[in-house]
Parts: sequence; C-alpha cells; structure tokens
Amino acid sequence: MSIVARGITKRFGSFVALDDVSVEVPTGSLTALLGPSGSGKSTLLRVIAGLERPDGGEVLIADEDMTGRAPQRRGVGFVFQHYAAFKHMTVYDNIAFGLRIRKRPRSEIRERVGELLRLVQLEGLADRYPAQLSGGQRQRMGLARALAVDPKVLLLDEPFGALDARVRKELRAWLRRLHDETHTTTLIVTHDQEEAMEVSDRIALMNSGRIEQVGGPRELYERPANEFVMSFVGPVNRVGDAYVRPHDVELTLAPNGSTREAMIERLVHFGFEVRVELVRDDGERLSAQVTREQAETLELEQGQIVYIRPTRETTFAP
Amino acid sequence: MARYALRFAALGYLAILLVLPVSLVFWRTFEHGLSAPWHAVTTHDARHAFWLTILIALVAVPANTIFGVALAIAIVRHRFPGKGLVNAIVDLPLALSPVVVGFALLLLYGRLGWFGPWLERHGIHVIFALPGMILATIFVSLPFVVREVVPVLREIGTEQEQAAATLGASGFATFRRVTLPAIRWAVAYGVVLTTARCLGEFGAVSVVSGHLAGKTETATLFVQDSFESFDVTGAYAASVVLALIAIATLVAMNAFRPKEETR
Repeated sequence: MSIVARGITKRFGSFVALDDVSVEVPTGSLTALLGPSGSGKSTLLRVIAGLERPDGGEVLIADEDMTGRAPQRRGVGFVFQHYAAFKHMTVYDNIAFGLRIRKRPRSEIRERVGELLRLVQLEGLADRYPAQLSGGQRQRMGLARALAVDPKVLLLDEPFGALDARVRKELRAWLRRLHDETHTTTLIVTHDQEEAMEVSDRIALMNSGRIEQVGGPRELYERPANEFVMSFVGPVNRVGDAYVRPHDVELTLAPNGSTREAMIERLVHFGFEVRVELVRDDGERLSAQVTREQAETLELEQGQIVYIRPTRETTFAP
Repeated sequence: MARYALRFAALGYLAILLVLPVSLVFWRTFEHGLSAPWHAVTTHDARHAFWLTILIALVAVPANTIFGVALAIAIVRHRFPGKGLVNAIVDLPLALSPVVVGFALLLLYGRLGWFGPWLERHGIHVIFALPGMILATIFVSLPFVVREVVPVLREIGTEQEQAAATLGASGFATFRRVTLPAIRWAVAYGVVLTTARCLGEFGAVSVVSGHLAGKTETATLFVQDSFESFDVTGAYAASVVLALIAIATLVAMNAFRPKEETR
C-alpha cells in the first residue's frame, strides 16, 4: 500500500506550487512532508488525495494509477487541519459516515464505530456534537472517521496545527503509538521540524515547490544535503562559509590556539539546557548550547568573556 | 435625556408609520362586529382570490427554493464565465419596480410580444391568465433564498464537502447529507421571506392579471378592486387576512432566526 508521486507539477495562475515533485512513501511507513508554509506540501498531499488536480505527473497508490480518479474512489483517509467535522452530526454519526455511504449493515457499523471510539479514546462521547468537544477530541474524531473505512493510506494535513502546544505533543506521541499498532501507510504534512522528527520514520523536506531531501530524521540532521536542510531541521550558526550547530560550539574560559574570543550577551535557560548567545570580537553573533551542569561548572554569566571553538562544522559546495 | 429623546423618536416613528395604519385596518374591519367582515371574505370571489394567491405561492415558493439553492451553490462553489454578472442579476428583482417586471412579461408573452402569438396559436395563454401571474411572482420573489443561502455556504467552506468526498460520498450524497443540513436554517429563512413576498405581491401581478374577479384576481388585487368598487368592508376584511398572514410570517421568521445564530 505504498504511495508514489512522480513528476507532479501544479500551478495556481502564475504561481508554481509544485515543480516536478517526485516522492515515495513505502508501505507501512509514517512519512512526514516537512517544509515552511507555501512550500507546496499541503498541495502535494491534496493532489495525492485527489482534492487537487495536478497539471502534470502521476499518482500511484498501492501500485494502482490514481491520477485521474475521483477522491471518492482512491481509498484514502484524509484528516484536515481544521477537523472538517460534520457539525450537525454526533461523534457517532461522523465516524459512521463512510460506512453508511458504503451501505454496510447496521450491526457492523455499530461494532466498527465502537471499536474506533475505543481506539481514539472517545468512548462515552458518542452522542456529543463536534461543538461540544475540545480541539484534540475533534481531531481524534477526524482520525477515527478517516480510519473507519479501512483506507489504503492515511493522509494528514497539519493535523495538530490548530491545537495548543501541550495537546499537540500528547497527540503526536499517541499518533505514533497508533501507527505502530495499525501500520497504515501514513503521510503527514507539518511545518514543525520537531513534530516531523518525533513522529515519522522518514522525512521529505520541501521548499518552494521542490523536494530538498528525503531521509530518516537522523540522516537529515546529520547529513543535510544543503544549507536549506541544515538550517530547517535545527538551529544553526553560520561562521564564515561553514555551518555549526549550537551544541557543536565548545566554550572554554581560557584561550588555546584554535579558539576565538566572544562575549556572552545573554543566557537563556530551558530547564536542562542553556542557550548562550554570544558576540564574537569581530561583531558576529552566534549561539551555543550547553547543559545546565556545564554552565554551572564554567560559572557562565552575562557580559563574561569566553573562548569558543566549533567541534564540528559543515560546509556545502557552492 | 438624549437617550430618551432618541427612544421616543424611534418608537414614535414606528408607531405612526407602521403600527397606526395596520391597527386602523383591524379597527375599521371589526368596528361593527364579526359577521360583516366574515361574509366579505367568504364570498365566492374572495375565496377564489385567496385560493389563487395560495396556488401561486405553492408553485413559486418551491421553484424559487430549488433554483435558489442551486443558484447559490453555483455562485459560491463553481467557477464559470459571467459569474459576477449572474450574482448581480439575482438582485435585479429587488431593485426593479414590480410594475416594470409586469410590463416586461407583457412585452414577451403579450399578444404583440415575442413568444405571445406562438403560444396563443398553441392554446397557451400566459397574459391575463395564471401562468403569467406565476411568472411574475417567481420573478419578484427570486432573490430571497439565494441571498440567505450564499453567505452561509461561504461560511461553512468546502472542507466538510471534501471530507465527505474522501469518505466515498458522491456529489449528491454530499449535498444531501452534508451541505443541505448545514444550510437548512438559511433555506428555511429564505422560504419564509419568499412566501411573504409571494403572498404580498401586487404590482407585477396587477399588470399581467387583467383583474378578472373570480378568475385572475389574487388577494392583494381583491383588496384593491373591492376598494375601487366601494366595497370597503371587503377591502378591509381581506386586508386583515393578509395582515394576519404577515404576522404569522414574522412569528415564523423569529422562530428560525435564533436557531440560525446559535448554529
């Protein structure tokens, strides 16, 4: 049940939303389409679902050509950022919708919906209307509704984008567990690199209508293909032509041959981690990341002079 | 002080211009008891006039409801050349005097009109007959359902419909199970307004009907014709019936409105 998109091009007027994009989602994987807003990731997802018609290219789901097929007959489950709940229907009726369209017997529907209500932890809320649910509950209902018809693939369009940070984190972990149980081939669109890294096995990073790199979260972080990937998947300092991650900046109190002098402009505490914002003697700014222990051992203070050395740099061929 | 002055002025305006004339109609009707007005509205011609008004509404309201919803969907959901023009033309009946509508129909279907002679030869009478009156009423009451449904369709957006599509629902199933329930209060409100407009229509129907008592005379025409033939009781009594229908419409409108807002 893999998804293959080949050479997809989509224009809106003169704006090129997708420029010859090819991407593959292996069977049973949870792949993230990551990118800044306007990079074309949602458009690609909607093309795969059949909600948007591409100007060129083809879409295969489970090795079947779906390019010209209506969304009704693609066998995809789609989850929308703003839930797209059927407001006049109860939670039960929302989840049962696809089954009723398929004219399944009533007893089967009751059984399947009960199963899904348990799966998404909404037992006891079956008779509520969407307006009576929290955002997180609504989105779980949206997921149950999409899963009810046993889709070949699950497509999620920024599913947690409208939720607050805590609920978002909870649902992310929950989605990962759900995927580990069901193994439904899943493609999730997100602009949040942390979310993509936490939830997915593979990431396709998009920028201005193109794919920049596809790989595992670790691969993208450690072996970024270009500057864009490097700076999108985590914080980065630019030192001359090289890129240095803040945790690869070493701080010492005494100079040695390869260090440079810098002044601590600000210390930002994040519990276990401390971000040290520095100004180099030549005026260039960069930040270092140290543990709380390191910061205490070095007795770092605002205004202090320290000596810095990158332990690991990345440069890209121009 | 200024607050009271404003309130007094606003209520006074309402009282003198709306409440007083309508109350006067009621008072003059029942001044000498119930029997005279009762007889006046149960004569053959009066009963026929009310029946005709209802008959016309029974055709015009469903027609404008079905096509109104279809037009609203076309305007909001579809892209086609000339859409802006269509959107503007829908409001034409609100801006155009009904008398002009009547004359336009006369030009089209009258004895010297474009289609008139051909239709006459095939035994179809439009002008001075029921079809013309129905056409005139449909024309003047067309915008209401469209205008009520368009903003609600815009507000609910397309996501629910797209969700239904990904779940396998055909276009019609999506309309019946998702779109229609979402716009039902707007449709109901539009139907009430359309009905009110149909029952009260005078100008356009007056031009195309010919005012034949007991034949092509609607309730509003009956009021005028009674008045002109010095049957004041008949005019007042029929007016009261129309006013009662209007009040019932207002009650219905208020019954629908709060539900629409909480949705």
